[in-house]
Amino acid sequence: MAKIKKKVKTIKIDLDKCNGCRACEVICSAFHATPKYSSNNPARSRIRMIRDPMRDVYVPVYAGEYTPAECMGRDKYIIDGKEYDECGFCRAACPSRDAFKEPDSGLPLKCDMCESEPPLEKPLCVQWCLNDALIYEEREEEVEEEAQPGDVEAALESLVGKHGLDKIADTVARMSKKS
Amino acid sequence: MRYAETGYNLEIDLATGNIERVETDQKLTELHLGGLGTNAKLLWDRVPPDIDPFSPDIPLMFSAGLLGGTPAPGANRTIITAYSPQTQLMGYSMMGGFWAPELKYAGYDKVIFRNKSPNLVYIWIHNDKVEIRDASHLRGKGAVETQELIKQELNQPNAQVAAIGLAGENRVYTASIEQGRSSASRLGLGAVMGDKGIKAIAVRGTKDVNLARADEFYELCNDVLKYIRFRNENPVPNVMTILQGLGSPQEMLHVDEAWHTQNFMWGNSRVRRKDFWNDEIEKRWKDVQLSARKRLISCYNCPMKCGAIISVPGISTYMMKCFSKLTYTMAAFVDDLDFGFKIAQRATEYGVDGFSTPQIMAFAFELKDAGILTDADFEGCPSDNEGKFYWILDRIVRREGIGDILADGTYWAAKKIGKGAEAFAHNNIKKHEQLPLKLGMLNPVYFLMYATGEKINITQIEGQFPQSPFATMEEREEFVRDWIQVPDEKFKQIVLDWEFRGERSNPYYPTVDMSVDIVDWQEKMHYIDDALGVCAGLSSFPLKPPYHMHNYPKFISAATGIDMDEEGLAQVYNRNRNLIRAINVRRGLRRADEKPPEDHWKKRFPELEEKLLDAYYKFKGWNNDGIPTKEKLHELDLDYVAEDLQQRGILKDGED
Repeated sequence: MAKIKKKVKTIKIDLDKCNGCRACEVICSAFHATPKYSSNNPARSRIRMIRDPMRDVYVPVYAGEYTPAECMGRDKYIIDGKEYDECGFCRAACPSRDAFKEPDSGLPLKCDMCESEPPLEKPLCVQWCLNDALIYEEREEEVEEEAQPGDVEAALESLVGKHGLDKIADTVARMSKKS
Repeated sequence: MRYAETGYNLEIDLATGNIERVETDQKLTELHLGGLGTNAKLLWDRVPPDIDPFSPDIPLMFSAGLLGGTPAPGANRTIITAYSPQTQLMGYSMMGGFWAPELKYAGYDKVIFRNKSPNLVYIWIHNDKVEIRDASHLRGKGAVETQELIKQELNQPNAQVAAIGLAGENRVYTASIEQGRSSASRLGLGAVMGDKGIKAIAVRGTKDVNLARADEFYELCNDVLKYIRFRNENPVPNVMTILQGLGSPQEMLHVDEAWHTQNFMWGNSRVRRKDFWNDEIEKRWKDVQLSARKRLISCYNCPMKCGAIISVPGISTYMMKCFSKLTYTMAAFVDDLDFGFKIAQRATEYGVDGFSTPQIMAFAFELKDAGILTDADFEGCPSDNEGKFYWILDRIVRREGIGDILADGTYWAAKKIGKGAEAFAHNNIKKHEQLPLKLGMLNPVYFLMYATGEKINITQIEGQFPQSPFATMEEREEFVRDWIQVPDEKFKQIVLDWEFRGERSNPYYPTVDMSVDIVDWQEKMHYIDDALGVCAGLSSFPLKPPYHMHNYPKFISAATGIDMDEEGLAQVYNRNRNLIRAINVRRGLRRADEKPPEDHWKKRFPELEEKLLDAYYKFKGWNNDGIPTKEKLHELDLDYVAEDLQQRGILKDGED
């Protein structure tokens, strides 16, 4: 199979350097305002500081994929003797918590690496982190070309995730009878 | 739509439980900006001058600044005002942290409390939902502990909580209001909060703060961040370490304390220990600090790291900043920094000012040694330096025995104790304890700042101009080369001409007129910061800061849409400065009160000092007693103030 080049965008998070200032939240919410920068509101940010100063817990987390369901179990991490919260490192907008949802509508938010035209040199959270706790890295990886599932398939997968394969199959069958 | 500000205040009547969201007049923003400026206006309007600081009518205000909660780096200050029970003048105290931006996001610029609650309560502000909640279970709890308990009780880990400890509940005159790594410590506003029956105010907000000209504002913020990065990489050369960088003095970062321990005074601001620092102490103090310090931390939206999380085994974690690691240690004559971190933990939970309180404690033991206080006053007090400081701290915050008298601060305690105790309350200005610093030659600029500062705290007025001359012409030229912050080129020439010795040295140089100019610039920047809610650590306090007179008008215009230029901003500053002066004049402040501690400098120059005050008052447009004239007040759209002062006979007819 043919090899293709894929660009991987990474934000390296150095927890030890974080001073907990939340500038990342400020500028993220400002960038994603309409019009751009016209308002700011950390509750709309796609990066969140999981922050508990009394236990020295400082974890910036980026919004990842929306998930319709909570996890069946929860994980706790203990690193260097410090216990981090359940879900402390999780990126999902999920029913178990308020993070990564628009405060008004409840719609899920997702980090888009500050996609814009013309493209920014680095995402703004990285640019505004003067302590270099957030470091942007870009690299190219060679990957084997796979048959990419089409858009329809991707959409169906998400529906299957939500309702289960049987229900979707039934529905598709019923719909095809109608037409 | 209102920009930068929300346009709403929250008015809470603690006696009736009435809560109102009140739209504010945008005209007041144009006149006073916000924060300290609009607080002063409301204080002037709402209460007559002859009122006790513990009167129910006193409005206790918690305000964000005009830029608070916008993306402007460091715009996070909470400005708290009332009358100070200690000085009896307007008390304004500020804290950084995360509280004020959260209040903005909840939809309010200020919270204003009237009257007193019959029971101890806390306030829970969650966007449009505001509740007064019972706090009887929090009575006596530590100020840090209370913040955690409330967040747990509300199940709101992202709420920001400002709380008082036992000292505030007991109306100790040095009681602070604590919030995360920050505290509003000076002038006893924690006592006013306690008197009103408020244990804490918790806020959570998820609304937008809007900007008028967004792209322009964003670029200004980027410029500030770029300059901060430049300054962090390029410390100011030829000045001592703590003056080289931005932020508040980096006391959590630096472990070398040779300078403070040998130049600041120990005990009740009495003794200089010139041979204190040695290799053994250096090693021990470094170990202690590095093991206690878990992380260097900042306030909201600020890249600096002025604070630290402090965790000492056996006691609960707290946060610290600036100089308080040394104030207790040095006041108590304890040679181990470990004591400093431990007693500061207890003091932070009690919620007391880390500047005044240790001096009050040292003052008490001086009075004991002098036989003015007796053994009966100290019954049960341990004899070791550490033990006796813990003991007296406990008495003060509980107002037990001699602690009840000491809890009012050294001025009032000395008055009550009598028997010559007044001479021991030697380090006050306007009844308020000052930095433990005693120097040789009078510095004319510092004389004026100490004498006339309305905040009565040198760090709240100094900053933009070097504290002492540079040794060589090369150093002077290097300093002025990239000094973009000067509002006028004339300040550069003063630095170039200023010498250690000879004709152009202290106390006669900078000259009287130059000194007045320098003071006006320095306090101007503080007044603007306090109205905008921007931290002095990025603006008025350090040399060569990112915010200054040339970019502030642009920030204000872009944020609010109000047309503002340098001249207009200077006018707002003068308006706020004069209004606060008038508030204090109505409370009895006069020229006779405007003096540094008698022993602050060894070499004093009474004639020169009078000339300095004369010139400062004249420059300000005040009469020779420090009272703003009718003409000056008219110029500043403060005719209503002039009328009031005339009606009260404070300004006399024909006296301008």
